Amino acid sequence: MHAMAFMNVQTLSEVRKQFARLRDPVTLVVFSQALEAADRCLQTERLARELAELSDRIRVEVLNPAIDRERAQAYGVDRVPAIVVEGARDYGIRFYGVPAGYEFGPLVDAIVAVSRGEAELAPATREALATLGADVDIKVFSTPT
Amino acid sequence: MAVASDRIRATAIDATEFPDLARAYRVMAVPKVVLNDRVQFEGALPEPDFVAAVLRAASVDGH
Repeated sequence: MHAMAFMNVQTLSEVRKQFARLRDPVTLVVFSQALEAADRCLQTERLARELAELSDRIRVEVLNPAIDRERAQAYGVDRVPAIVVEGARDYGIRFYGVPAGYEFGPLVDAIVAVSRGEAELAPATREALATLGADVDIKVFSTPT
Repeated sequence: MAVASDRIRATAIDATEFPDLARAYRVMAVPKVVLNDRVQFEGALPEPDFVAAVLRAASVDGH
């Protein structure tokens, strides 16, 4: 298998350009469990490692939720494969499933955002979000292609 | 938005890989966004509309 199986040359150069903006270290915490979804977990691990190869600011930690139960519980991860995108702190960003299709772009964006500690949002959006009086859980469903 | 606000957490879910979740949240088309398991919409919204939905979800929860 080729080392860069997920990204073609064009994608690679796009992602490199994005990752040039990284500031703080980012950890991709991958929850993987061979007994649950071997193939998809392996793909997710490989994709995370491919991304980490593109920047020394990114590291990958692979956990098994059946063994690392406390960590899984602390992150609120109850399915595999899952990726927690963690920067200076845990911003609550999770990806469930192999983030290879439509979720790939958002994953790269999330890595950049947590590394810089800021989201690319309009000033009006920031102001509105600052007024939030309750917690909001956002789930975004998409498909791989 | 999760980076911008401590009150927000965001989860991306592959509907094909997790059909049980897709069923539970009645995902008929993607992208589908579900806020606090209550407010929901299909398709990509412009940022101001998305924020309005987030604020609505927070106020539904707060009252």
